Amino acid sequence: MAATLPGSFWGYRRENGRVGIRNHVLILPLDDISNAACEAVANNIKGTLAIPHAYGRLQFGADLELYFRTIIGTGCNPNVAACVVIGIEPGWTAQVVDGIAATGKPVAGFSIEEHGDLATIAAASRTAQEYAIWASELRREECGIDQLHLSMKCGESDTTSGSGSCPTVGNLLDKLDPLGITSCFGETSELTGAEQVCAERAATDAVKAKFLATWQAYMDEVIEPHKTSDLSESQPTKGNIAGGLTTIEEKAFGNLQKIGHRTRFIDVLEPAEEPPARPGLYFMDTSSAAAECVTLQAAAGFVVHLFPTGQGNVIGHPIEPVIKLTANPRTARTMAEHIDLDVSGILRREMTYDEAGDALIDLTIRTCNGRLTCAETLGHREFSITKLYRSA
Amino acid sequence: MTTHYVIHHKKDTVGVAVAEGIAAAQELTGWQMDGDETVAIRSRDPIPLGHKIALTDIAAGDSIIKYGHDIGQAVAPIGTGHHVHVHNVKTRRW
Repeated sequence: MAATLPGSFWGYRRENGRVGIRNHVLILPLDDISNAACEAVANNIKGTLAIPHAYGRLQFGADLELYFRTIIGTGCNPNVAACVVIGIEPGWTAQVVDGIAATGKPVAGFSIEEHGDLATIAAASRTAQEYAIWASELRREECGIDQLHLSMKCGESDTTSGSGSCPTVGNLLDKLDPLGITSCFGETSELTGAEQVCAERAATDAVKAKFLATWQAYMDEVIEPHKTSDLSESQPTKGNIAGGLTTIEEKAFGNLQKIGHRTRFIDVLEPAEEPPARPGLYFMDTSSAAAECVTLQAAAGFVVHLFPTGQGNVIGHPIEPVIKLTANPRTARTMAEHIDLDVSGILRREMTYDEAGDALIDLTIRTCNGRLTCAETLGHREFSITKLYRSA
Repeated sequence: MTTHYVIHHKKDTVGVAVAEGIAAAQELTGWQMDGDETVAIRSRDPIPLGHKIALTDIAAGDSIIKYGHDIGQAVAPIGTGHHVHVHNVKTRRW
């Protein structure tokens, strides 16, 4: 029996109209050498969150554009109420501040040169305190389901991913896509072997051609020039192989189960590109590494993530809650503290795909309403920036 | 009744073990998912959870069919009931 589909959830409506499901005050480093100051501010002011990372210096060209899109997009994500940016120098710091300010949310920048860490930390802490107290009075409101931006990516997959957890996500998508949600899948290299089948799911011939060109470019620019083998143990990973996945083709067909049977994708996004205000399923050109992919999707404004796993990837993200589900009974048993939804009953014929999809819809809405994910409670905050090539 | 393995598609030449501890020479109960039918096979190797079992005799060079699609080629002959994995199957890509 089909459950009643959700019409709404409780979220935070931001100044630009977008809806978040968390209310973070973010302390955002422009660059690697500003991490220490950001972590000091987050330690001073409770209720704020620093997201240290490894990059931001001497990047250039397309890599720099992607870097700014990722950092600015993260600050713009509606799960962020307000943002403090700290950088070594004022120029690029201001560029990030201006990018985030376009959303209308409170944002302020601080630079370290000519001040040092201690004075910068003191000034930034005072602003962070104002933001934290201000954000604590924001209230959730009821928002239509069509305001939901949902991303998907699977990880440390095994054969149960393709037979259980990924089809559960696909079942959810086929039910929620007609309600007008905006959704996203990625993992360009991990569609290899199933790329033609995936291409047939494009909404138009133009989108199909754009997808295939994107996939081919990943092969030509990333895989072929750098590979030294058939990539076995990298893609599929050693964990995938331990879980029974033999080839990239097998992994790809399992991966593709996440987009369901009926839903078509309506466009192809650049990494970290925010989709236009048009609901539907989007394909984003991403790495298949879990934290890199989720980081790019969060930077594009997606607020909740569905993550099927087989062998038990433990990923979380600082600002986009990651809901993990598995159909592997051993993973559900041995790694229970990481698994938000156990759908292993599918493979025992105790649970239908429809029932599993409904259970995931219910859990997703409850998570949007404020329920913590396993990864949030365990402090998983993986923030991994995709870098295209070496810095200058 | 325990379901030991599943088959995604009628055309598939491999099934996937979904129960733990499948031994060699064990009578297995399978679930053919797209037809929702119960099937059976006898294992010839231990099949770890998540790993594949050959549903038919497969010759070296043959395609392995799963989800109704080619997921790689056999690089050694594989008898019905035997374990199918990286020791006898390789990608056709990369």
